Amino acid sequence: MPFGYCALRLLIRVATPDAGPVSGGLPEGEGNAFAPDIIDNSDSHLLSFEVLSVRLPLLSLAFLFSLAACSAEQAATSTSVATPAAEAAASELVVYTSRNEQLLKPLFEQYTAQTGTRITYLTDKAPPLMERLKAEGSRSPADVFITVDAGNLWQATNLDLLRPVASARLEKNIPANLRDPENRWFGLSVRARTIIHNPATAPANTLSTYEDLADPKWKGRLCLRTSNVVYNQSLVATMMASLGAEKTEQVVKGWVANLAAPPMASDTEVIEAIAAGRCDVGISNTYYLGRALRKNAQLPVTVFWPNQAEGERGTHVNVSGAGVTKYAPHPEAAVAFIEWLSDGQAQALFAGENLEYPANPEVATDPLIEPWGDYRQDLINVSQAGAMQAEAVKLMDRAGYR
Amino acid sequence: MPVIADPYPRWPPSRPGPRGWTWLAIALSLPSLVPLAATVAALARPDGDNLQHLWQYVLPQVAGNTGWLLLGVGAGTAVLGTLLAALVALCEFPGRKLFAWLLVLPLAVPGYVLAVAFIGLFDYGAPLAAFLRDGAGVALPEIRSRGGLIAVMTLALYPYVYLVAREAFASQGARAMESARALGMGPWRAFWHASLPLARPWIAGGTLLVLMETLADFGAVSAFNYETFTTAIYKAWFALFSTDTALQIAAVLLVGVLLLVGLEAASRKRQSFASVGLAGTTRIPLGRRGWWATGGCILVLLAALALPLSQLAWDGMAHLADLDRRYFASLRNALSLSAMAAVLTTAAAFAIALAAREQPGLVTTAVTRVTTLGYGLPGALLAIGLYVPVATFSTWLMETRGWDVPLEGGLLLLLVAYGIRFLAVAHTPVAGGLLRIRPQLLEASRSLGVTGARQLRQVHWPLLRGSFATAVLLVFVDTMKEMPITLMMRPFGWDTLATRVFELTNEGEYARAALPSLAIALAGLIPVIALTRRGRHAT
Repeated sequence: MPFGYCALRLLIRVATPDAGPVSGGLPEGEGNAFAPDIIDNSDSHLLSFEVLSVRLPLLSLAFLFSLAACSAEQAATSTSVATPAAEAAASELVVYTSRNEQLLKPLFEQYTAQTGTRITYLTDKAPPLMERLKAEGSRSPADVFITVDAGNLWQATNLDLLRPVASARLEKNIPANLRDPENRWFGLSVRARTIIHNPATAPANTLSTYEDLADPKWKGRLCLRTSNVVYNQSLVATMMASLGAEKTEQVVKGWVANLAAPPMASDTEVIEAIAAGRCDVGISNTYYLGRALRKNAQLPVTVFWPNQAEGERGTHVNVSGAGVTKYAPHPEAAVAFIEWLSDGQAQALFAGENLEYPANPEVATDPLIEPWGDYRQDLINVSQAGAMQAEAVKLMDRAGYR
Repeated sequence: MPVIADPYPRWPPSRPGPRGWTWLAIALSLPSLVPLAATVAALARPDGDNLQHLWQYVLPQVAGNTGWLLLGVGAGTAVLGTLLAALVALCEFPGRKLFAWLLVLPLAVPGYVLAVAFIGLFDYGAPLAAFLRDGAGVALPEIRSRGGLIAVMTLALYPYVYLVAREAFASQGARAMESARALGMGPWRAFWHASLPLARPWIAGGTLLVLMETLADFGAVSAFNYETFTTAIYKAWFALFSTDTALQIAAVLLVGVLLLVGLEAASRKRQSFASVGLAGTTRIPLGRRGWWATGGCILVLLAALALPLSQLAWDGMAHLADLDRRYFASLRNALSLSAMAAVLTTAAAFAIALAAREQPGLVTTAVTRVTTLGYGLPGALLAIGLYVPVATFSTWLMETRGWDVPLEGGLLLLLVAYGIRFLAVAHTPVAGGLLRIRPQLLEASRSLGVTGARQLRQVHWPLLRGSFATAVLLVFVDTMKEMPITLMMRPFGWDTLATRVFELTNEGEYARAALPSLAIALAGLIPVIALTRRGRHAT
């Protein structure tokens, strides 16, 4: 990246009062403007009038175009973007992902080692990635879209960004409630959002359901994360699906009335607040508690599985998942990769690294979270939660849950 | 027809035509129009349900929240920044020279880092709070509150005011104060009646930057779960899945930004702030009371710099194993991008400011306004506002014409986006610097035969060097910290430190994100130190 260094030196020279002696004048001829080192030679002249009025715009244009050229070249060499059709189908994959890169990278590397398929990836939040996919349309280099939360996955299908996949292996590995009804995406890990509590101050026999946390007996004892996070939106959306909007709104209002502290920015803060005695119960994704326990096994916070009784719907689960993009340049390779992710070895890694639950029921959970025991999932198809997410957000706004 | 030649040759003699500067400024403002047009165009596609819901349940509270936050952070940074700037520029106290540049350093600490550090320190369960509660029976006030957020954002953003105000005090305040004192005023009255009024446009300009940054901030406000217009925009986009609604709220936000900008411009209308001389040299010795100034500076530095950095270092130590080759690639990318953005944006800002001075009028004023708006828009929105139209256009070209022109794939669009976002940041110091150059000075130099390029080099450059340094520094550090635009627009392989921070914090690995955050802060410190220590006006 010679232009990067060159620009940095320029920056320092411009800003330095006692910069070195004036070097040679500006070389003649516009052709030279494309050579990056011209800027290095001419920096002391940067503010001479001719340069400012006439050459600077030209120079910066030239500079920009050479940058663009460089970066385009780089993009072309590091990925298959430039000539997707010419590539051998199985040798390259481009992944757009909003998932933790630390988690995905070892998986990508392992896949490359096993199959020889090179994987290039781009990270961002899911909504901007979807805007990107939409705007790129048929020119998109992306083959696979990986993200968390049913709402995001539902929105991806809603925007027609994913294609249906016919794969017996995926249908066998991933239970029906954890994938799109039209097989446009497949859940890869299960993220249970459950009640957490301090067993000393809030024994398990005082807990029962999510709805029970609205009971006045929890007044001043409940901590919640902000309603702006998808996990709470998805939880409330599934409650709406089974309880109806009116009942759900009462429950949410009850939660708000019981809060011991203003809603927090992360599940980790909720866990810390319970550990510090600020509150006795809260709602969190289990893997945040798993991470906290990894750091401090003595933490006085544990998991309670709500809504497990006969006739109850079960504990709310969300998913992280993947789908093949509509205009994927390498669709077969993309399907093969997702199939591999749904198999035993990758599932153990995928779920184990982040202490989530594997989507493939054949795969065992991580030993660290084994003691929490089995639980019954809310079997509502997670895509339904996605479809109702916007309604859930509005409901929480009405109930004053910030 | 005049027979005698104009005794004062037109300055500059070789300027590009009568409207040359105006055309250049118009050209430079065109990219800014794309996201603005995308925002305004969304107004044509109202979604009744969403808007009604937001209007009823979200926006009233959000408007109040945002208003209080702007008021608090604006007043806080204006007072703190001006006070510190006046201290180091006009007074003499122990450690003054050191503080003069140390006080700039908090600029390099991203606001969300400071927010997370403060919540970690003052939260209910934190050791400090627990100690006070159990030991002394004192309950700390809730940190997750409006007051807490205002304090944090004031500490994070005061350098914008400090830098610009110090520059103003150093270049003219001391001389003005000398004159006032020669007229028999006491030091305090001299400051109040001479130095401060002269520095006002710069203080206002710096505060305007702070207000725009506050309006567009997402990181710090979401760490405090404090709802502003920006979080409402994110809610509409991320939770209600409606980019149109998000853009509509942004359009309302833009009106607010325009009002702020207009107010700031109106406050200095028809006033001349040209410098009456070069930097003064005599400072008021504070004597024994100087130690209070020293203590105050130390306190600010502890809270705004030492605390977050040590928190990051502490967290980072636990994850040193993460440090691999990719980190250095990210660092290199971040430095290259920031340097390029800083130089190009400052150059563009200078051209626009020069156009406004050389050819003042409706057009150049409009250009100045349009190009400053980008700083008030949340970065993520600016990113889709630019990326989506450009990429859609490219797709359209491909599908209808068969032309493969990947406009959005390279560095070009990323740098343009940085420019749109940070032009206001570069413009404030550069335009302020130009404002300080007395027209008489130019005439005098002209009569001595110093014209054109020589005049620019010998008269303008020494007077503007400090302003350029400030502009380059601000844009460099801002680009270093910038996250949503970089995420959306970077070409493949151009991961930066900020994108690494994103990758870790996105799933709650805050402690693991300490290392790249620390690297951002430290990399930001390098130019801050290099520029402020060497800058002529700095000490």
